[in-house]
Amino acid sequence: MSLEEYRGVWVFIEQNDGKVEGVSLELLGAGRKLADKLEVPLAGVLLGEEIKTLSNNVISHGADEVYVIDHPVLKNYRTESYMKAVIYLAEKYKPEIFLYGATPNGKDLASAVATDLSTGLTADTTMLDIDLENRLLEASRPAFGGNIMATILCKKHRPQMATVRPKVMKALEVDSSRIGKIIEEKINLNEDEMRTKVLRIVNDVTKRANLADAHVIVCGGKGMGDEQNFQMLYELAETIGASVGGTRDVVEAGWLPHELQIGQTGETVTPKIYFAIALSGAIQHVVGMKNSEFIIAINKDPNAPIFDVATYGIVGDALEVVPKLIAQFKEIRSQKGGEISYA
Amino acid sequence: MHIVVCVKQVPDTKIIKINPKTNTLDRKSAPAILNPYDAHAVQEAVKVKQLTGGTISVLSMGPPQATEVIKKSIEIGADRGYLISDRAFAGADTLATSYALSKALERIGKDIPVDMVICGKHAIDGDTGQVGPGIARRMDIPPVTSVIEVSEVNVKEKTILIKRKLTSGYELIQAELPCLLTVEKEINEIEYAPMPNMIRAARYQPIIWTVNELENVDRAQLGLKGSPTVVGKMFTPPRPEGGKKLEGSADEQVKQLMDLLMDKKDLLTVQSTN
Ligand SMILES: Cc1cc2nc3c(=O)[nH]c(=O)nc-3n(C[C@H](O)[C@H](O)[C@H](O)COP(=O)(O)OP(=O)(O)OC[C@H]3O[C@@H](n4cnc5c(N)ncnc54)[C@H](O)[C@@H]3O)c2cc1C
Ligand SMILES: Nc1ncnc2c1ncn2[C@@H]1O[C@H](COP(=O)(O)O)[C@@H](O)[C@H]1O
Repeated sequence: MSLEEYRGVWVFIEQNDGKVEGVSLELLGAGRKLADKLEVPLAGVLLGEEIKTLSNNVISHGADEVYVIDHPVLKNYRTESYMKAVIYLAEKYKPEIFLYGATPNGKDLASAVATDLSTGLTADTTMLDIDLENRLLEASRPAFGGNIMATILCKKHRPQMATVRPKVMKALEVDSSRIGKIIEEKINLNEDEMRTKVLRIVNDVTKRANLADAHVIVCGGKGMGDEQNFQMLYELAETIGASVGGTRDVVEAGWLPHELQIGQTGETVTPKIYFAIALSGAIQHVVGMKNSEFIIAINKDPNAPIFDVATYGIVGDALEVVPKLIAQFKEIRSQKGGEISYA
Repeated sequence: MHIVVCVKQVPDTKIIKINPKTNTLDRKSAPAILNPYDAHAVQEAVKVKQLTGGTISVLSMGPPQATEVIKKSIEIGADRGYLISDRAFAGADTLATSYALSKALERIGKDIPVDMVICGKHAIDGDTGQVGPGIARRMDIPPVTSVIEVSEVNVKEKTILIKRKLTSGYELIQAELPCLLTVEKEINEIEYAPMPNMIRAARYQPIIWTVNELENVDRAQLGLKGSPTVVGKMFTPPRPEGGKKLEGSADEQVKQLMDLLMDKKDLLTVQSTN
């Protein structure tokens, strides 16, 4: 394999039902920086049925080129059909770097593609950089349960591939004046040859909207003591229009359902305001919330690591402080006779 | 029905310690356990077998001690266990791991053809989730990842109905057998091992193969040599700088916080709804 033949940074654009996933736009933002450092074009790879119109969105988020394959068999994501399309493009145009969102579909696709291309794949990356001297992608990710970070390199194989966690990279501001090239390709795909069929897709946006898109989150930890006490966090959340989340310990104790866990093995969130209440701030939790804009921690232990990430910290007993907060917010609301709204 | 479950022995990352000087894993600090997701994979095989009958084999790659996780799998309900263990496998990344495991599966399939392979969602030490789909590609069978329910197995038609978790919601998939599944934790609850299983597990000795006992192996694709990725460096994650700790009594601190928040017009406003 001649490494010099491989040029350019690619991002797999994940779309569901004609809507581009947020993580793909974030990756265009991250990919733009890598491409600029390497002085190569940034391209998006867009697959589906009747999705060409999405190309403009990809370009206005930073891409120079969009590779499009439009085919009825590509309507819904499936490993078999999508990998065929992606491998075809990668073998033909030879990108040096290829990034995917670390979503169920992105991870599935990248794993299959890496196997067939016999190349390296770094999972769940949270930091990306370039070693310019060697033209190498430095993909860093939490290892050993998040206790440490490891930088993974793929020196002798191309493309260098990585899946990247949603919500850790930043999308660029939309620039609709950007122009880019749309490259349409065709491949042969036959529905009869597919060994999997998607019979039905059931969307459950409610669960997701609650945390991933919440403006304000009240997250509680084991320090709330018991399930009964934990309920006061719901009252706080209700008062200020927030969503409730929890640490893994809280979920394991059964005070909250699985999907409301925030952290490395749960959701990654980036709200405007994050209340971290009676939780210690273990690194596995912090990686899932540290990009929140304004973090308020309440913990009775002044040395709790959560204070290292908090914008403001209250050292005190949550069981005492939270009711006071609720009362204050209620009072302000009734004084001004209104609702709290967020920018 | 012949189901093969891939099970890995991992250090328990819940209690693992990292040597802060060398940034390496202090292996003695963490007991080795059966990867929790793989326990669910074995449990799911047991559930499927209850419907279809057949045999459950488990396969592991690792040092001789990995026999322990095979015994654990027998406890949950597996019928037989295979361990591939050889220096040639050491240092494998996900690409080389899926290669070695697929070669072992090839050999296992010679005794009884394999109808289904089940892997965990990911191993808690590597946390990649890449090995399962990799095995499926090498065997050229369809992979279905993030499985939260096996809804139906039709042995006659050789099809299976599966619920697969998505970012928001799930999808119902029909796949042809043989296929490979990777399972989420919520797919089932691990049941208490019945007494006869425990007794059987205690005495069980898995079949152990070295690389020489696998066929048509390209050694260049094994272990460290066969791994395209390398670890460049290890470092402690950068600790963000802390902000300000408020002071005073609980009431005073709450008051200060409210003032600070109400000052942040770019963050929130209280609007009159009348
Ligand atoms: C592989 C792996 C993945 C993980 N993934 C996640 C993840 O995704 N999300 C996650 O959250 N964790 C995760 N963890 C677990 C994580 O390491 C911590 O164990 C967990 O976050 C701790 O939860 P906690 O802060 O609620 O509980 P604790 O660590 O027990 O902290 C409780 C805190 O509450 C304080 N407190 C007690 N009483 C009061 C009171 N009355 N008022 C105020 N403060 C009080 C205490 O001072 C303490 O700081 C993971 C761990 C591993 C190994
Ligand atoms: N050494 C191994 N032996 C057996 N199975 C493995 C091994 N490594 C990974 N697996 C399987 O692949 C799954 C995903 O692992 P990983 O890709 O390393 O996160 C695990 O849950 C196991 O089912």
